[in-house]
Amino acid sequence: MRALWGTMRAELVGAGGVVERNAYLTRRYIWWDIAWFIWTVANTLTIVFIAKGVESSGVEFDVNQYMTYLLIGAVVWAYLGVLFGFLMETVAWERWEGTIEYTFMAPLSRAMHLAGQGVFAIVYGIVRAVFLFGVCALFFSLSMPDANFLAALVVLAVASISFIGIGIMTSVLPLISPEKGTQLGFIAQGTLLVVSGVYYPVSVLPGWMQFLAKFSPATYALEGIRGAIIDGEGLSRMGDEIGPLLLIGAVSIPLGLWVFRRGELYAKRHGKLKRSG
Amino acid sequence: MIDMKEAVMEAVPVQKDAAVEVHELRKEFRRKDSRKRGEKRTRVALDGVTFTMERGETVAILGQNGSGKSTLVRLLSTLLLPDGGSARIFGHDVVSEERAVRRLVNRVSVEASFFKKMSSSENLGYASRFYGMTSRETRDKIPEILERVGFPPDRRSEPMENLSRGMQQKVALARALLTSPVVLLLDEPTTGLDPRSKLEVQEFIREIRTTHDSTILLCTHDLAEAETLAERVGILDRGRLLALEPADDLRRRYGADTLEEAFFAATGREFEAEGDEDDDREVFA
Repeated sequence: MRALWGTMRAELVGAGGVVERNAYLTRRYIWWDIAWFIWTVANTLTIVFIAKGVESSGVEFDVNQYMTYLLIGAVVWAYLGVLFGFLMETVAWERWEGTIEYTFMAPLSRAMHLAGQGVFAIVYGIVRAVFLFGVCALFFSLSMPDANFLAALVVLAVASISFIGIGIMTSVLPLISPEKGTQLGFIAQGTLLVVSGVYYPVSVLPGWMQFLAKFSPATYALEGIRGAIIDGEGLSRMGDEIGPLLLIGAVSIPLGLWVFRRGELYAKRHGKLKRSG
Repeated sequence: MIDMKEAVMEAVPVQKDAAVEVHELRKEFRRKDSRKRGEKRTRVALDGVTFTMERGETVAILGQNGSGKSTLVRLLSTLLLPDGGSARIFGHDVVSEERAVRRLVNRVSVEASFFKKMSSSENLGYASRFYGMTSRETRDKIPEILERVGFPPDRRSEPMENLSRGMQQKVALARALLTSPVVLLLDEPTTGLDPRSKLEVQEFIREIRTTHDSTILLCTHDLAEAETLAERVGILDRGRLLALEPADDLRRRYGADTLEEAFFAATGREFEAEGDEDDDREVFA
């Protein structure tokens, strides 16, 4: 019993160490992060301005609602970028610094190592998403009288479990290709969102894409967050979103760990952990 | 509070296993052959290496670049999977019992790899968390261990990128010792250091030998370092361990006056002489 508690304690301390390290690094690179945030704001504004552009062409519609709809899509896109970015850095950054061998030879389970990385990514990503949403909403003076922001945050947090599972799968790519693996990870982000109705309803997609949308957690995340912010829906009415999100999360996390383990074994067999360059 | 040393020692079996037991260990690497399209080249980095180390013993492995020294260290650190043979640390297999091995082993390599924007204290703190040590447990221990390796206290908060190679290597030693390893793997820890830093690091290794209950495997291509620090010296050449004996016995066996001559007699080539094949092997191994 004492040994079990000791192991559990060590695992939690190890996961906390990953969070601690990421906090240090975020502080050290804070100005780069601010610059990156400005880029994200600019990018988000260009997307939301599309609604204004359509309005100027004379089409009549609820422009405030459409702008909010687009803003949610852009914020979720940016959030997913942060999440996948952090998880891919699990390998890519450590490989660059040469610390990966020290991390991988430490007696911490890979699950807790990646959990630490995931927890920091979610906290950092949510804080950034809230700021991004707030800045853009203020810029356009968007009105959201019915919004249930708490429900939206809960949906985002629940969806993050699935996103982390998928992110873990993509984070293995820099182990296989140190040069191009990170870029390949963004393909997963783009593919996930294109079938999930990031800036449009899923119903406008071709049939086969609509079929794929059913398996994407981003579909349910976007529907849930839009329902909460635009229609003011509470969590009690979000079973159709939260249920599938939990189910996909329950599958994607173990699957992600399994894929990562395969990648780690491949790297150890072929000597890919060694720093080069 | 769980004492780190106590926790590590719990993983050491009570029965009298050898500290390190390597049997017919083999590792080969395959890479694309840039000269022949679609084909792969295979290089044997370790070819049937066998040896044992007793608890508390220091063994030096001598070899040129590409001889397989780093591959051996990586295999013992669970960073590579062998293609044949076996390796055990205090009876724990490095493949099937990797978690147990990791609790017993730490390593210092030729490159003192750190997060460059983080300070020495932050890097050590982060590394120790992976071994289950909380910030409360390391608050006093980190300054203490940095002082032991001769790291200036006023530079503890400086980013690693501002420190010299010698300083970084001292922090690397501190990182390895912080986790109280019972087997310490040193992979060319003094390569590229200026003479003063080199002497300081060697002095510290001597101190570990006398004060710390560690078994040390030192891979080096510094003959004097091998002779002065180790009880037995091995010659690793092109992945094959040709000899492993006390330095005096090595000299006697090859009828040599110096270790360099013994190396020449064992391998048929000068210690510093490296051909194209060695360069090629270095990329793999």
